[in-house]
Amino acid sequence: MKRTTLDLWVGIFVTAGVVALFILALKVGNASNVSVSDGYKVIAEFDNIGGLKVRAPVKSAGVVVGRVEGIALDTRSFRANVIMRIDKHYPFPKDSSASILTAGLLGEQYVGMDGGGDEQNLNDGDRIKITQSAIVLEKVIGQFLYGKAAENNSGGGDKK
Amino acid sequence: MIDTFNSGIRLVGHRTINAVWRLGAATRFMGIVLARSAMSFRRFQLTLDEIHFAGVLSLIIIIVSGTFVGLVLGLQGYETLKRYGSAEAVGTLVALALVRELGPVVAALLFASRAGSAMTAEIGIMKSTEQLSAMEMMAVDPFARVISPMFWGGFISMPLLAAIFSVMGIFGGYLITVVIIGVDSGAFWSQMQASVDFRGDVLNGIIKSIVFGAAVTSIALFEGYDAPPTAEGVSRAVTRTVVTSALAVLALDFVLTAFMFTGV
Repeated sequence: MKRTTLDLWVGIFVTAGVVALFILALKVGNASNVSVSDGYKVIAEFDNIGGLKVRAPVKSAGVVVGRVEGIALDTRSFRANVIMRIDKHYPFPKDSSASILTAGLLGEQYVGMDGGGDEQNLNDGDRIKITQSAIVLEKVIGQFLYGKAAENNSGGGDKK
Repeated sequence: MIDTFNSGIRLVGHRTINAVWRLGAATRFMGIVLARSAMSFRRFQLTLDEIHFAGVLSLIIIIVSGTFVGLVLGLQGYETLKRYGSAEAVGTLVALALVRELGPVVAALLFASRAGSAMTAEIGIMKSTEQLSAMEMMAVDPFARVISPMFWGGFISMPLLAAIFSVMGIFGGYLITVVIIGVDSGAFWSQMQASVDFRGDVLNGIIKSIVFGAAVTSIALFEGYDAPPTAEGVSRAVTRTVVTSALAVLALDFVLTAFMFTGV
């Protein structure tokens, strides 16, 4: 078959398109990032998860160590079960604690893991006992107002 | 009074039936195009020719408009985000806007007006000068020889063009915000990578561009094949191609977005 310059141009075009797809996948998207398929699963119970979403990062000391895989409500205790998959390269002690934190002032929420001191490590399917829920702004404001009111009452009583 | 009322109703009915008729004809037409594809692939050079026309020759307009769309997005995004002290998020904004929406949609609109209109005109004129009939007389199947290669040329080119458009747009956004304004380069890329998801955003954008490519190409081919064999008929068909493609792309975009980006 005779090669033509047209073939060359079509080849260049297709190559450019495929390269563009790769750039989108690897440089722009996070396909290269931790796909923690081979990790271990841990479950943490929270009173309130705030705005936590599936696929939110799990971080320890700021390093992404896993992803949130599922969120469900336990209808017996009415607490939220957060299922996380953590990279197997990062073992955590059994008494590690999980808390829901916010990146920046208005950023997205993520799960923060703090390592404990236990000699045993978390295994697949284990539960994290120590958790700290998301801070809900309304509750904080509510507590602040109650505190203020109580302070005023006692303060007013003193003056009289 | 009653006469005008009657003829009004008749007109509406006529238009409706005509539209349904054309829709059915278009479906049958696409069925034939797909059925004859295997035959056209035996001479793949024909499809390559069409990729050259629909894809390679559209590169300039796609690259230039992609870069400018990125420049504008970067500039506007920076001006707005600066007020909230999060100018680094401009990378996220540019990338998400391009990958999810603007890349596929604007590339499809450009593709419809640049390649789709030409396809309609070519087939319309081939039909009106009876070249298609002449092929049939020579026992050459015009579907396998002309129309199927055009369809596959457009179908293959469109996702690649959309991807190139998105990448050029992100490059444009990078150029204006990082190189010219001076946003931190590392923050630009890391924020982008943190919030653009491969499956949720990039893959859905690619699916969109494939759907748009198929829609625009089939509209263009059917309008050409269905055009009345006159100069006026062909010119009307070209206009209809551009208008219908644009509407179809925007409507499909809404439907696909509703499917893809609702829920978690």
